[in-house]
Amino acid sequence: MSTFRELDSYDRVFNFGNYDSSVSLSEYQQAGGYEALRMAIGNPKQALEEICRAGLRGRGGAAFPAGLKLKMMQGNTEKQRYIVCNADEGEPGTFKDRFIMNHIPFQLLEGITIAAILAGAENGFVYIRHEYPLAQETIKKSIAEAEAAGLLGDNILGSEFSLHLKIFSGAGSYLCGEETALLSSIEGKKGRPRVKPPFPIESGLWGKPTLINNVETLANIPSIIAKGSDWYRSLGTEDSPGTKLISLSGDVKRRGLYEVPFGTTFREIIDNYGGGMKEVFTLKAVNIGGSSGVVVPPEELDCPMEYGKCAERGITIGSGAVYVMDEQRSILGNVHNRVHFFLHESCGKCTPCREGLRQVNRIIDRVIEGEASLKDIDNLERFTRCMQEASFCGLGQAAGNSLISSLKYFRKEYENSCVDCVGKTAERGELC
Amino acid sequence: MRSIDININGEVLSVPDNITILEAAKMHGIKIPTLCHFPDQRVKANCRVCVVEVEGNRNLVASCSTPVREGMKVRTNSARVRETVQTILELIFANHPQECLTCIRNANCELRQLAAEHGIREIKADMSTPLLPLDNSTPSIVRDPNKCIKCGRCAEVCHHVQTTGILYSHYRGINGSITPEYGKTLAEVACVLCGQCVAVCPVGAIHEKDDTAAVWAALENPEKHVVVQVAPSVRVSIAEEMGQAPGTIATGKLVTALRRLGFNKIFDTDFTADLTILEEGNELLQRVKNGGALPMITSCSPGWIKFIEHNYPEQLEHLSTCKSPQQMFGALAKTYYAEKSGIDPKDIVVVSIMPCTAKKYECTRPEMKSNGYQDVDYVLTTREFGRMLRQSGIDFAALADSPFDNPLGMSTGAGAIFGATGGVMEAALRTVYEVVTGKELAKLEFESVRGLEGVKEATVDLDGLPVKVAVAHGLGNARKVMDKIKAGEADYAFVEVMCCPGGCIGGGGQPYITKKETRMARIKAIYEVDADMPLRKSHANPAVQELYKDFLKEPLGEKSHHLLHTHYQKRGL
Repeated sequence: MSTFRELDSYDRVFNFGNYDSSVSLSEYQQAGGYEALRMAIGNPKQALEEICRAGLRGRGGAAFPAGLKLKMMQGNTEKQRYIVCNADEGEPGTFKDRFIMNHIPFQLLEGITIAAILAGAENGFVYIRHEYPLAQETIKKSIAEAEAAGLLGDNILGSEFSLHLKIFSGAGSYLCGEETALLSSIEGKKGRPRVKPPFPIESGLWGKPTLINNVETLANIPSIIAKGSDWYRSLGTEDSPGTKLISLSGDVKRRGLYEVPFGTTFREIIDNYGGGMKEVFTLKAVNIGGSSGVVVPPEELDCPMEYGKCAERGITIGSGAVYVMDEQRSILGNVHNRVHFFLHESCGKCTPCREGLRQVNRIIDRVIEGEASLKDIDNLERFTRCMQEASFCGLGQAAGNSLISSLKYFRKEYENSCVDCVGKTAERGELC
Repeated sequence: MRSIDININGEVLSVPDNITILEAAKMHGIKIPTLCHFPDQRVKANCRVCVVEVEGNRNLVASCSTPVREGMKVRTNSARVRETVQTILELIFANHPQECLTCIRNANCELRQLAAEHGIREIKADMSTPLLPLDNSTPSIVRDPNKCIKCGRCAEVCHHVQTTGILYSHYRGINGSITPEYGKTLAEVACVLCGQCVAVCPVGAIHEKDDTAAVWAALENPEKHVVVQVAPSVRVSIAEEMGQAPGTIATGKLVTALRRLGFNKIFDTDFTADLTILEEGNELLQRVKNGGALPMITSCSPGWIKFIEHNYPEQLEHLSTCKSPQQMFGALAKTYYAEKSGIDPKDIVVVSIMPCTAKKYECTRPEMKSNGYQDVDYVLTTREFGRMLRQSGIDFAALADSPFDNPLGMSTGAGAIFGATGGVMEAALRTVYEVVTGKELAKLEFESVRGLEGVKEATVDLDGLPVKVAVAHGLGNARKVMDKIKAGEADYAFVEVMCCPGGCIGGGGQPYITKKETRMARIKAIYEVDADMPLRKSHANPAVQELYKDFLKEPLGEKSHHLLHTHYQKRGL
């Protein structure tokens, strides 16, 4: 188990400054902001190497190596290409991108600009969810300021590089956080995922190569270039270097956004960052990775937050949402809530997600009403597995993940609410 | 393209590197179930029944959308795959009416077939069949939204082939539906009723309006004299509908079958196809001579007519005023034939056997009753015709041949090729050439207007006078030509448009499943029919000559004007 240490301010990738306001351009520059952009313009090759060596992985959920994606963009000969910043932060319980946009907009813009230069994109969009009007306003204003200061627009810092950035507002769909659905949304089409391959780096926005990254991923880039990949790798672990923004919520004393080095255990996140449980009640379960993540019991919390180890344990770090539930909370209530969410947000394109959720929702409703039978629980598992195995995009697959985990760890809670549970639990010598 | 090795179900197979797992499996005789997949359509990957296990992938992958790669290890029949596919099928059934016994697609439903193949014996899901109203607002097509499995094939053909954009997925999640805009009925939107959606639907969610009952009733009625006409393309598709190979020619059996069904006279739309060539050919010559609107565009295809009325209402002057061969036939059956046979036209019932759903609509157009009676009373698609044959217990393949009746059953090869894209053009050119030049054509085949290329352009040499023509099939291609005409960039004299890909042989009323190879087989058969005809030029048809001599007097004459020509409506979108 690693020993807990709070990151000192140098070691933070993100310095949010005064939480009441956003860091202005001059404040950002005084603190060393836009140095990385200068370095990247001076030596783009070196900048890309730093990102690759740093081992930065996508922070939106899929954890694809960011440097590799940039290299793949460079391998494409098409001239017209785009950069898209995915700021459609829709995962319930996640609020890290909002923090970045509201408080350190220039760090994000600097990251986008560097990535655009490395990817050869001269046009781009920041796709911000409709529910973030303040972030939209802040980023819009910041784009104008950066342009006025020669940090965006034509001939950035007098170089041959240019980037024209626009805001695109989402319209409320969770699924538009999925990268291809997001691209369709920008194109004015229905926000539904597209067949991959081709991936956006080959055929993205309007069929052109498109680099699409999450806000947190892009906002990592300036720190990595300015302080170097060695520094970055000194944080976190060999498998997962750097830090992760954790949106901590639920029944802990100090809910909030924390920058946590990879390798920290989930128990440490809850106890050291969150200050432990809020009331006298004990911890029952933790929902990691938002609605699309897993629900795990306390025994799983000693797993370090690290991509490899988490994958082994079936935990998805996802967007970094950690929602803590004490013993008063109902797992079934939590699952019910999430199923409703997915049912509402499913686009309806593919059968397993659309029809699976229709059935799962009915079963969960019966479970909650105490009208379900044990056979329902078996069916629930079967449908859930089908959603996970066969859905078109991450939404259906993740909806499956989250349910499977609750069945894995809390099956008894399901079974106890079944009308015919007596016989079954009596067989096992347990009480209902 | 190079060859790579992949492993499917433990067997190493050599496959091209640019195909999907589904295609690779098919090449090697491994069947992977599909529903949303349709030959010649883009990959949608919606239904997920084609999922397979690929080593190294956490989840199953859709074989229709996953390209093969060197060394890939695939399992199509593992317990994991089988359970998932069965579950997906159960999930679909749970939201699908259990009306298989009475469904119009009973015998050829792809979903039902999959249920049988995958041994579905119990549906573990809650039944949640919707109770949405049927859309039977048009004379052509019935939409049953309750049976829709949201595979998206219809929307795909409606948007990307026909570019009509009528059917589209609306709402999301479990509320998702594939409907016309704002849940309107087909009659309320710019649907052209081509039936290409019908042709690709795997289930009974959208199908032709079945008019067989009305036809049976007419046949049973002793006071009615029921005559039938058969469209050119049906002779190369009815055998297929009855279980024979695509492209089987069955002209003679078809006539025998219709006689057995009890029709009083068996006539041929090919006869009025020949007549159309004389009217239309003369119209073209007149337009050229008098400076009329050029290019002149053919008007045989009712889906195409509705399309131009909705989408290019300002270009209607380009349309030939000729009625389609079906409607010319109806008009003549209740005038010329009525007079000749001494039967009161009110007692004549005209039935058409057509490859087309739009023809059902065409016969109800108010302007199609020039003689005081509705020209054509009932239109049956090839599939409905097949249904009647099965209901009558007719063993189609065992029938002997018999000839069409006279006088409206006499035709030439030029009439027959109306069934394929380029056929009207070729038939017209055969006649126009000889009329204009006064010389006999050395070679009847105009190869440049044949085939499945979307837009075919050709310059035909009329004995020193070059004439530029174009042929488009499928409304997406028609749109390309129309946009050119609209922009003033087209210098064609004559344009042929057929609404459906491949022409009528690919119509919305033809046997399931029409894919590219099927179209090619039917087209080949049509040209064989033509080649085998003793007469192959419309103006050489003696029955048509007699019709002009005894009744019409001359092409574009007064009688023709009343009976054989029509007008169009500006409909807009």
